[in-house]
Amino acid sequence: MTILFYIASFFAIIATIKMIIGTNAIHALLYLITSLLSVSVVFFILGAPFVAALEVIIYAGAIMVLFVFVIMMLNLGKEGVKEEHELFNKKVLIGPSIISLALLFEMIYILMHQSMLPVTFNEIPPDAVGKLLFTKYILVIELAAFLLISGIIGAYHLGEKGKVVHHRFLQKENL
Amino acid sequence: MKDLLWLIVALPFAGALILTIFGKRSPRLVSAFIGVGSVSLAAIITILLGIGFMSHNPTGIPYHQLLWQWMDVDGLSLNIAFNLDSVSLTFIFVITFVGALIHLYSAQFMWKEEEGFARFFIFMNLFIGFMLILVLADNMLLLYLGWEGVGLCSYLLIGFWYKDPANGYAARKAFIVTRIGDFTMAIGLFILFTTYHTLNIKDILAAAPSTWAVGSGIALTTALLLLGGAIGKSAQLPLQTWLPDAMAGPSPVSALIHSATMVTAGVYLIARMHVLFELAPIAQHIIAIIGAITLLVAGMAALNQYDIKKVLAYSTISQIGYMFVALGVGAWSAAIFHFMIHAFFKSLLFLGAGAVILVMNDEHNMFKMGGLWKKLPVTFWTFLIAASSLTALPLLTAGFYSKDKILWLAYSSDKGSVWLWLAGLAGAFITALYTFRMVFITFFGKAKMEPTSRPGIFITIPLIILSILSFAGGFIELPGDMGHVTLLSDFIQKTMPAVMVQQSGYRIELIFQVIAAIVAIGGVWLAYIFYFNKQFDPAELKQNGLQRFFYKGWDFDLLYDKVFVTPMVFLARINKNDFIDQFYTSLASFTRLLHKGLSATQNGKLRWYATAIAIGAIVILTIIFYL
Amino acid sequence: MNIPVNQGILLAAILFCIGLVGLLVRRDIIFMLMSVEVMLNAAGLAFIVAGSAWGQADGQVMFIFILAMAAAEVSVGLALIIQMFMKFKSVDTNMASTMNEQKKISNT
Repeated sequence: MTILFYIASFFAIIATIKMIIGTNAIHALLYLITSLLSVSVVFFILGAPFVAALEVIIYAGAIMVLFVFVIMMLNLGKEGVKEEHELFNKKVLIGPSIISLALLFEMIYILMHQSMLPVTFNEIPPDAVGKLLFTKYILVIELAAFLLISGIIGAYHLGEKGKVVHHRFLQKENL
Repeated sequence: MKDLLWLIVALPFAGALILTIFGKRSPRLVSAFIGVGSVSLAAIITILLGIGFMSHNPTGIPYHQLLWQWMDVDGLSLNIAFNLDSVSLTFIFVITFVGALIHLYSAQFMWKEEEGFARFFIFMNLFIGFMLILVLADNMLLLYLGWEGVGLCSYLLIGFWYKDPANGYAARKAFIVTRIGDFTMAIGLFILFTTYHTLNIKDILAAAPSTWAVGSGIALTTALLLLGGAIGKSAQLPLQTWLPDAMAGPSPVSALIHSATMVTAGVYLIARMHVLFELAPIAQHIIAIIGAITLLVAGMAALNQYDIKKVLAYSTISQIGYMFVALGVGAWSAAIFHFMIHAFFKSLLFLGAGAVILVMNDEHNMFKMGGLWKKLPVTFWTFLIAASSLTALPLLTAGFYSKDKILWLAYSSDKGSVWLWLAGLAGAFITALYTFRMVFITFFGKAKMEPTSRPGIFITIPLIILSILSFAGGFIELPGDMGHVTLLSDFIQKTMPAVMVQQSGYRIELIFQVIAAIVAIGGVWLAYIFYFNKQFDPAELKQNGLQRFFYKGWDFDLLYDKVFVTPMVFLARINKNDFIDQFYTSLASFTRLLHKGLSATQNGKLRWYATAIAIGAIVILTIIFYL
Repeated sequence: MNIPVNQGILLAAILFCIGLVGLLVRRDIIFMLMSVEVMLNAAGLAFIVAGSAWGQADGQVMFIFILAMAAAEVSVGLALIIQMFMKFKSVDTNMASTMNEQKKISNT
């Protein structure tokens, strides 16, 4: 089992790295989906089958599909690759890598000095999650519902092909 | 009656306060009534109080009225208290009485002013109030309050017609030049306080002889510092340049402030602090020398003026020089006597000149006037009486008695010398010359301009009263060989010491009087030859170089400009961006630099912001876990 | 199933940092959004590891909420990207930098 964990994490990291370096948007998206699937395997190993399934269904299945639709709508195909080559060169990687490495080293250092918890993971079935969700975190569910409905309305309005509407005071003048 | 002393001071201030609140809204008659009435009431109370003081108090014990405690700070304890003795009684009599007459005169003089009628009386009343505080003060700080107050009112009144910037400059010049004197006086007050730990005049004068030795350095320093203040206020050399320019103010102002009262504040100060000056004989000699030189310088300058008020201004400087000579030889009562008589005739001269200027449509140039003796009879006769008093024509004028006493004591006092007497004599000759030059040119000869009207009744009444005093005022103090009436000097000597006479003798005194009389009459005769009924064309009035030098008052203005003003302006100009300025501008430039730097972080690029957030996260983690 | 908790968190940290690099490096708005998704996913992974370590379901609950939030964010974000693309005709974020200070100052 432990081996599986390391393999899955290895693939996740490689896929993510290839995603951020790539130039083709669709390819990068596919790498991202690969990364998400690897993380889902990790979830299974950790004993959280519910969220593993959720990761695949919602994250890789809905959100990434949204991405694919938008990329296809924007027509970022072959011309997009040319544009990417202008926009992205490998030299730019140096600075942000240093920043991220600094962050990473800090986090590693912190992790080293923590006391270790017991390492056996038991499986947490979905009904335990359900029980918790609808008793302790019921208000957070409502909040998430708010968030989702505002997201829907916002996305609808923002996606409109807008015509420019002047304020009624400005309409009287010939602008 | 004595308890009403505070009322004398309070009435002018009350008048000023009422006029400040109600002056703009009330009719002119009411403002005039309040303005003149307050000072007149104060004058009446003064006279009653004086009569009471003189009759009930033969030994002249001073009357002290404590009003309230002013401050009590770390050893400095001062009261608002008034001290009435014979010297201050003489002064307040002159101030209130002559002041009341001048207020009455100015009610009619300023009647035609478009605006500022009430403002004039406010300032005049304030001035009278402060001057009364000055002479009645029982401690030096209260005196200094009055000193500064009269300086302020003088500034306000000289620049009364403020719409003309030249008047503002004149007022500023007066204030600044007297300020130099005030500054030295303040240092003198500091020395006095640190030595005596009190500023009460009586205590200082009582303790001075035992604290300071005669001729010691510190006594000399203090005396010279106080003398600096007196020189500034009394317009003696070297601080006399402000007085001729102060003639920019209305004539009643010149009459009140610059002839009778404020310029004599220096005389009062020296007389009051006479113990200090007696402890520093060098300072006293300096007073006499300054007086002698000033009276000659001012006399020569007066001889070359063509503005009637400037002649009188230089004449004032010259006459105060006489008072300084008297103070310098220790003749305290003679100085105060001449102060009183001078107040009468000089204010009369100014008021008469003001009347002439008023009816001649604001014409100041004497050479454009003429033939007024028939057209303005009252003005002419009063002016003539005053001019005779100024010239000290023998026997008939008050000026003769007072000036003659000074001349005699300048010679005969134990601190006097023959040089002082000769200077005074030369000054008397010059005085006679310029005075009657002024009279002849203004009132005689062919009329070049007709007066537009006659002066009103309220202008002529004060003129008449003052002329009576200029004539008869001298009879209270007759010299030894003419009856030896010593009413005034006895009165003054209740407070001040008598002068020590080195030489006495009626015969010598008579010789001196005859010489002085001859000199005065000779001056009048010379003026008659040169200026009586002669044709003067004002357009062609040329002055050669020497005359112009005297006209400018021996060009002290130019000297001060070159020595003091030009270097200061030069230094100010090159120091415009000094290091203090640069400190402040560098603050501004530093802020601007920071702004430029910080605004570069707002470049609108999304990744830049994300980078900033990431770095921020690293920094915070570092701080939390490592520090 | 015994995996050291530290290594689980370490995996999450590594993924997060990679996502951060992607966010800082790319100029293309779509890639930036994808990098943000990676970062969110990594944060969720950390929650799950912690929840399993304690044996409680709270970690999974948190992950569900992160998922909901990510969904809402992606939808709105993609709509904005569409608008931006229509305005600028390109997906370069540097085009959308008119809210800067430098251009507005004429003299200082």
